[in-house]
Amino acid sequence: MIRFERLTVAYRGRPVLADVDLEIRAGERVALIGPNGAGKSTLLRAAAGILEPAAGRVWLGGAAVGHLDRIAVARRIAVVPQQTTLPFAATVEEVVGLGRLPHEDPFRGHRPADRAAVAAAIERVGLGHLLGRDARELSLGERQLVLVALAVAQAAPALLLDEPTVHLDLRHQVEVMELLVDLNERDGTTILAVLHDLSLAAAFFPRLVLLDRGRVVADGAPDTVLAPERVREVFGVDPTFVHVGTPAATGGSSSAR
Amino acid sequence: MSAAVLRTAAPILADRRRRPIGLAIAGAVALLVVLVLGVAAGSVAVAPGDTLGILLQRILGLPVPTTWTPAAETIVVDLRLPRVLTAMVVGLGLAVAGVTFQGLLRNPLADPYVLGTASGAALGAAIAVILPVRTLVLEFGLLHGLAFLGALGAVFVVYRLSRVSGLSPLTSLLLTGYAVGSLLAAGLAMAMYVSGAGLRQIFAYLLGGFDAASWLRLATAAPLILGASIFIAVRARALNGLLLGEETAAHLGVDVRRERAILLGLGSLVTAAAVAVSGLIGFVGLVVPHVVRLLVGPNARLVLPLSALFGAILMVLADLAARLLGEIPVGVVTAVVGAPFFLVLLRRARAGYEL
Repeated sequence: MIRFERLTVAYRGRPVLADVDLEIRAGERVALIGPNGAGKSTLLRAAAGILEPAAGRVWLGGAAVGHLDRIAVARRIAVVPQQTTLPFAATVEEVVGLGRLPHEDPFRGHRPADRAAVAAAIERVGLGHLLGRDARELSLGERQLVLVALAVAQAAPALLLDEPTVHLDLRHQVEVMELLVDLNERDGTTILAVLHDLSLAAAFFPRLVLLDRGRVVADGAPDTVLAPERVREVFGVDPTFVHVGTPAATGGSSSAR
Repeated sequence: MSAAVLRTAAPILADRRRRPIGLAIAGAVALLVVLVLGVAAGSVAVAPGDTLGILLQRILGLPVPTTWTPAAETIVVDLRLPRVLTAMVVGLGLAVAGVTFQGLLRNPLADPYVLGTASGAALGAAIAVILPVRTLVLEFGLLHGLAFLGALGAVFVVYRLSRVSGLSPLTSLLLTGYAVGSLLAAGLAMAMYVSGAGLRQIFAYLLGGFDAASWLRLATAAPLILGASIFIAVRARALNGLLLGEETAAHLGVDVRRERAILLGLGSLVTAAAVAVSGLIGFVGLVVPHVVRLLVGPNARLVLPLSALFGAILMVLADLAARLLGEIPVGVVTAVVGAPFFLVLLRRARAGYEL
């Protein structure tokens, strides 16, 4: 689905990603973790083709991302941004409707199929009751769900998220995580999410990719990637802060504790 | 609990929305009415019935019995009609340019003049007035030509200079526009200082008006304004994408750099053509897009055509008011109506725009 091939990205001569080889297969659910400045967001932006690699390539399906036009990329990958601003008042429905841009008729705009996709996306994230509200008046958790709904309306086979739970309280964090699991398991949407909360990543994602200083340093199941000595080395913290377990196994009986 | 109560008490935005089709029909009827009123009223009043008769006979070629004097016909056809149609086209163009610049810069306070078009046009016009050359090619004085070139030249310089800064493209555009505008304003002040007897002419240009309208000037400006406006309207998709920011627009399939350059060019072309024939008329391009957005939401596919319609209506009305008040500058009328309106909009605006 998404394959990074010896990808190197540099900002003003300084490499942010170096020689990254990574493959996300269709239908996978992968969390991208690592300290600040490890290159996680950069990797997402490179996957979406809005950063020019210094070397290497990103493949989307069978096509190199640099050879696809913007609309073709937008039909393959939906990105939920970290934060965004809205300069004018807009209802939840109007904001989520923007997700149909890559599909809509260039001259006639939304057709009934687009409107149905928007309504379904809003229902899917559980915001049906907020349809006509001003999106700027919502709580932080609701706004995050609006952005996820926008990406769902985009109907791309892969969903990329940049720290979707930042600023959210625990209940909303779990709500967003459960939505991602549901989208992945029920619709088969490939999910690649940058996450800061390691316990949350371990609980909801079967595969973690650990980036450090622009390189992939570990890739696999949560209990192997988040081995105590590695957490200590990469994050520089006491590994007992990280709880590795699934929600079903929160009795404490699971691995690595 | 209390949050839930608060939320149900808050007005629902969707309930304030109006049907775009209804607005378009009401707007079209209103435009026809103000066009006829605009042609009928003035220092020599022509009865609305006669006005309609002249228009139907001369424009549509209908066999209407002639009940008016030849003088009335000359006033209507040669003086009032080009004037009213120029006001219509300029109002339409400034409103479309307003939507474009507000959407492009993602700034509700932007107007068609924000990137230096106004100061460029003003300096061009002032230079034309103080130059000792008097050329007149087909009714086009140096003033219109230099105002047009000044407006386009200013935006071009702003755009090129903004690209070398290290700031984000939008911040850079706005700040460069401000800097270049200030420089041009200094040039304008100097030109006015040395203009002597030409000062009144420069001043009249700065305040804007349609008393110098003619068929030929209309025939030159209208294709530019209407053509560029249509090209902007078919790029509504890009403006919609930019609603959530440039990066999100890119993720939604918009080629941001390309669209920004194209929309900037088209918006500037509309503005330059408008200010070349009418001078600097403020507030129409700022206020009309906001009113339309309040009525139908931010979708540029609706906001662009409806703003065009309401901009045209507002400008014909403003020109009519200016004429009835004894030929005061139209820019004064739009400012007197627009500024209080804008203050009301500011009161409604919330501090945070984050989503």
